[in-house]
Amino acid sequence: MDVLTPAETVALALSFKVSLVGVACSLPVAIGCAWLLARKRFYGKPLFEGLLLLPLILPPVVTGYILLIVFGHHGAIGRWLDAAGLSIAFRWTGAALAAAVMAFPLLVVALRNAFESVDRRLENAAATLGAGAWRIFFSVTLPLSMRGLVAGLALAFARAFGEFGATITFVSSIPGQTRTLPIALYELISTPGGEGGALRLTLVAGIVALLAGVIAALMLLRGGTRRTEVEA
Amino acid sequence: MIELDLALQRGEFSLELALASPARALALFGPSGCGKTSTLLAIAGLLQPRHGRIAINDHVLFDSRAGVDVATARRGLGVVFQDARLFPHLAVRENLRYGMPRGTTAQAFDDVVQLLQLPALLKRKPGQLSGGQIRRVAIGRALLRQPRALLLDEPLANLHREARVEVLEHLRGLKREFEQTTILVTHQPDEVMALADQVARIEDGRLTALEDVRTFMASAGIPVRARAAPIASKSG
Repeated sequence: MDVLTPAETVALALSFKVSLVGVACSLPVAIGCAWLLARKRFYGKPLFEGLLLLPLILPPVVTGYILLIVFGHHGAIGRWLDAAGLSIAFRWTGAALAAAVMAFPLLVVALRNAFESVDRRLENAAATLGAGAWRIFFSVTLPLSMRGLVAGLALAFARAFGEFGATITFVSSIPGQTRTLPIALYELISTPGGEGGALRLTLVAGIVALLAGVIAALMLLRGGTRRTEVEA
Repeated sequence: MIELDLALQRGEFSLELALASPARALALFGPSGCGKTSTLLAIAGLLQPRHGRIAINDHVLFDSRAGVDVATARRGLGVVFQDARLFPHLAVRENLRYGMPRGTTAQAFDDVVQLLQLPALLKRKPGQLSGGQIRRVAIGRALLRQPRALLLDEPLANLHREARVEVLEHLRGLKREFEQTTILVTHQPDEVMALADQVARIEDGRLTALEDVRTFMASAGIPVRARAAPIASKSG
């Protein structure tokens, strides 16, 4: 006997796909923003940081609505994407975008802490050895931030996996396309006789969240944000 | 030729130093906090002087009048920091290779590794090394950069007696083997005697004397023949 119904399996697989793609797309931008926050002083930095954290603070429905305004069929960017045959509204790619936006602040916060924990004297030492900014980042800063990075990825994945408000507002609930696990769960709760399925999906969501939480805790406890001190 | 003419401000502390030394090995000597390390960091490009000029063997690294400020990565210097600063995530071999110019031969790598007695340590991480071994790796890493000058910031500081003797012997060996321009920061007269040809005495951010090692030893009351003797051991 299967543990999940075919529809529930589809929703689960879609959630994994949407979360993985969303977090993967968020990562490079989050790395760049976190590095700027950790290493540079510039005018308007608090405002910049506040803007990056907005998806964490705004009601998810508001974020979803903003995405709809910008990336919907009639949106400023959505119209252009439609013309190019790259429409994302009401598609799984749109759900991935919503997941990316919602997971982004968690990645930025985790990475910023990780970058700040790297001893800058090591970066200076790398510079005296002839390394430019890119080499210093990829050979010193990033490897020494790895635990913080993994912790951030785990938390961001969990956030993307559990994303509901922005996704349903932006891309609705289309089975196989945008009906992710949380949305499928919501549909089951709203349907008479759906209690069993709702309980199963709740259990799955709980396990995924717990695993992500354990990975993050392990990374952080074992030195994810511990300051990297140079050897004596 | 080492040419330094720099003015630098760090908080309340002001450093103003001007000297030209033909020595192959120049020691910046003075008490803690006198500005020796700040001078070294300015030469390395890690501190920017307010104004002045820094040149080593006719290579201008900084000249505020001419608008020259060569980036740290392009100064071509080998810096051995007081705290070594080995990359903790890289094995000794990768630490040593980090600053090696392209085209460095395996023989050149092996020569330095042999000279500093590092073959048995190549696969270890810095966290698995003793204090003396860490310094030797840091010295090797700086040498393999094939620098136009070696900058040593208190290379024997915080080492116990045996490690101090061990590292000093290697530094003496390097001085013999390599025709390397060296700037040494220290507040220990015995390190000056062992490693330097000329001494710049610095006090409170100002140069008080530029003298050869014999004059330095005489003023410190050290017999000249002591220069060839094994270094006095220091701990802590």
